[in-house]
Amino acid sequence: MAKLRVRFTFTPELVQEPIIWQLGQKFSIVTNIRGADVREAFGWALLELEGDAEQINQGIDWVRSTGIEVQLVTGDVIE
Amino acid sequence: MAFASALKCRECGREYPTDPLNVCEFCFGPLEVVYDYEAISRVVSRERILNGPLTMWRYQDLLPVDGDNAVDLQTGFTPLMKAPNLGRMLGLDHLYIKNDAVNPTNSFKDRVVSVASTKALEYEFKTLACASTGNLAGSVAAHAARAGMTAYIFIPADLEKGKVIGAAIYGPTVVAINGSYDDVNRLCSELADTYPWAFVNINMRPYYAEGSKTLGYEVAEQLGWQAPAHCIVPSASGSMFTKIWKGFKEFEDLELIPKVHTHMHMTQAAGCAPIAEAYEAGVTRVRPVKPDTVAKSLAIGNPADGYYSLKTIQESDGDATIVPEEEVVTGIQMLAETEGIFTETAGGVVISGLKRLVERGAIKRDEVTVAYITGNGLKTLEAVEHTVKPVTIDPTTASFEAEVLSA
Ligand SMILES: Cc1ncc(COP(=O)(O)O)c(C=O)c1O
Ligand SMILES: [Zn+2]
Repeated sequence: MAKLRVRFTFTPELVQEPIIWQLGQKFSIVTNIRGADVREAFGWALLELEGDAEQINQGIDWVRSTGIEVQLVTGDVIE
Repeated sequence: MAFASALKCRECGREYPTDPLNVCEFCFGPLEVVYDYEAISRVVSRERILNGPLTMWRYQDLLPVDGDNAVDLQTGFTPLMKAPNLGRMLGLDHLYIKNDAVNPTNSFKDRVVSVASTKALEYEFKTLACASTGNLAGSVAAHAARAGMTAYIFIPADLEKGKVIGAAIYGPTVVAINGSYDDVNRLCSELADTYPWAFVNINMRPYYAEGSKTLGYEVAEQLGWQAPAHCIVPSASGSMFTKIWKGFKEFEDLELIPKVHTHMHMTQAAGCAPIAEAYEAGVTRVRPVKPDTVAKSLAIGNPADGYYSLKTIQESDGDATIVPEEEVVTGIQMLAETEGIFTETAGGVVISGLKRLVERGAIKRDEVTVAYITGNGLKTLEAVEHTVKPVTIDPTTASFEAEVLSA
């Protein structure tokens, strides 16, 4: 089991899509929302993803493919 | 004896015990070390510092670990050199170079890693780890060797050979990852949550980051117990920039130096300048970028301390400068040719940034100015390779005179 904390940033076209719910369904990931601000123009959500590491990786690739930006909440760790 | 009393969330203020944690469980905000400054003020003094070792550990009362057991390669207390030649060229009468390239593994990272590895031992971790594109790798590998710890160093598969060797020589397990920069980030974050290791800049990050405060303390002490009027600093995550400022403010609060009037000037290279771009746009949200810069040691596209760096700029009435890519090497050459110091690309960014600051009138001739040189030029030879051309001659006087003296 792996855990990853991420921030999703949505553009207006995507605000209405149930992406987080789909992410959980398609990849058997537990999506725990810790904070969010979704408005008409844009939105963001802070999430903890828990599940099989490979499923999380594929899930994130899928989320990115929808046009949502995905970043680690801790920022980049390669220094 | 350490005076760190807790970790505190920088966003919501929740407190945590001083455990190996880096984000708030509730809001995911970053955690920062809280100290018992009352207790510190009862023991700390200029005299006590002056009697301490000639390393960063002379400031151990202000670091979040027990300095008596420090994993210590004799890091810090690096030279603060007057730079009269470069000063004359730029029009500054009181320019100083803080030469942190002379640390044990040739970059300022030894300061942060020394604190992180000491803390890792306190927690009885057996393994030290990091993800790195160079400077951090060498420092973590060296400190792990010194501490008798196992080390895992994760690097992108296309990293330059010199940097790989500079870490591998200390005997860690070096793992090259095939994949994008994003992939390396993601994998290391997952590993940090999975294995009981001390990842210096992940679960050790609150302690690790505090090591950079010593870059503020030292400069203040070396200037005769006062903070400079201007600091020029290279930024990647922005952490060091915020901690130099924190170092000055702590010294002020502890009445070790008079009131601080330092302007903090951040510099970033154009190919990866997310914090400076947010500053220029006048926004507090830092928009991540895809790094594409010759200044590889500053290539952090999604900086952890971007927001807090912008706050430091605001509090210190400072600014941020974007240095065009082609001026990075010019800056390296300027410092080498005027003062005999060979810095890596991060230092080139600082020197060219300094030049721009003077030209735009942000720094006056008579103000005390400190340029932070944080890494050694031998680390980034490939960046300057194309600029040097030795003359080749035949082994005769005639050839020497023809090819060299009359050329
Ligand atoms: C030589 C050098 N200077 C400056 C920095 C910037 O440090 P920070 O991430 O604290 O902004 C780094 C590393 O990230 C570095 O390797
Ligand atoms: Zn919090």
